[in-house]
Amino acid sequence: MPKIKPPVSTPRIDMTPMVDLFSLLLVFFVLTASFRPQEAAMIDSPNSISEKQAPDFNLMTIFIDKEGKVFFNVDNGIDSTTKYREQILKKMAERYEMTFTPEEYDLFGRLSGFGMPLKDLKKWIHAENAEKRELLQVGMPYDSVDNQLGYWVLYSRIVNPRAEVAIKGDADANYMVVKEIMDLLQDNKVNKFNLITNMVSEKVGLEDLPPEK
Amino acid sequence: MAQIQTQDQGGKKGSKKKRAKKHPTEIDMTPMVDLMCLLITFFMLTTAFAKPKVMVITMPEKDNQEEKSQPKISAERTLNILLAGNDEVFYYKGQPSPDKPMPRLIISDFSKDGIRKMLLNRNRDLFTKITEYRDKRLTGEIIVADSTFDNTIKQMKLDDKLGPIVLIKADTAAKYRDIVNIIDEMAICNIASYAVVDIGQVEVMMIHAAKAGTPLTEYPKIKVQVK
Repeated sequence: MPKIKPPVSTPRIDMTPMVDLFSLLLVFFVLTASFRPQEAAMIDSPNSISEKQAPDFNLMTIFIDKEGKVFFNVDNGIDSTTKYREQILKKMAERYEMTFTPEEYDLFGRLSGFGMPLKDLKKWIHAENAEKRELLQVGMPYDSVDNQLGYWVLYSRIVNPRAEVAIKGDADANYMVVKEIMDLLQDNKVNKFNLITNMVSEKVGLEDLPPEK
Repeated sequence: MAQIQTQDQGGKKGSKKKRAKKHPTEIDMTPMVDLMCLLITFFMLTTAFAKPKVMVITMPEKDNQEEKSQPKISAERTLNILLAGNDEVFYYKGQPSPDKPMPRLIISDFSKDGIRKMLLNRNRDLFTKITEYRDKRLTGEIIVADSTFDNTIKQMKLDDKLGPIVLIKADTAAKYRDIVNIIDEMAICNIASYAVVDIGQVEVMMIHAAKAGTPLTEYPKIKVQVK
């Protein structure tokens, strides 16, 4: 009996359906991905077990970095047509008797977190690139002499009453600075804070109970 | 198959030209698949981790309310946690007062056997109750909706009469990390009632004395500053 010869050609796997599927998935993820805007400072938040997610919009975020510099960010609300940021800046400009051009309002509306005295805000809006912008982030004044942060919070809450407050502090920031910020917020009738943390899981069960004495 | 079928025209009759045997043109898709795999992984991971998590903390209203409206809490159940920075935590029971012996300040830390052990021990009843309930739900013994589950736990915490009432006080040297850690411990140990309050002058003195190795035995005399 003659031997059965195995086929000589190497087996090939048809990749086409796989490519199809991957393309679909890729398109889906590209479209759903939302990139985080550049943040005002490098902040390494502390860890907690909390699983609650931060709200997507109607959020004021106060950043506190390692050295105690404070930055502020507020979003435009549920969509960009509400233009909350522009309205807030208008109120601030009125308060500090400054004038901004319509282009400056528009640019400010599209930018993100900032932390500088209001007089330097114009420079920040017109900064050519990210590096120059970063140099201007010297921290927002929030002491009783010049409480600009307080006014930003106040006007943000007037313009968008639904805005919640999130605090993103560096793990190494001094608690006293955080406390001052919390006091300032409480003066503005904000009593609920969202502390932004990194999630770590911690499993504690009945077996962890120390034996009864 | 990713190949282009080249049709044989059949050839003219009588054509003597010898044709090379045509192989179907094939495109190797493997590198494309590799690249797509990478991109998909990248997008999946960035979308899943982009969302920051928050820890919600509600502070009591700061309006200058009269002393009367503040809730009275029994000194017996009060547990004071003092954050002294450098991962050092002190705790003591009760309330220091001039006519009682000074409560003993005990040093602890944020490790597993540190403050957590003490909190679990003090909060044994409530912790057991909540953990049993949670485990039952995890194993499918009871099936409840998320909102019912949360409400039941909330009610358990409200009904609790044995667990400690924790007052968290941070010294000037405390870091933001410490306060987040301790509030996190409250969540881990299912402490029903806790509050972040200002540190008192006596407590600052207690920390300094304990650090120096000479714990206070008597209520210290506080110099009243003349304004």
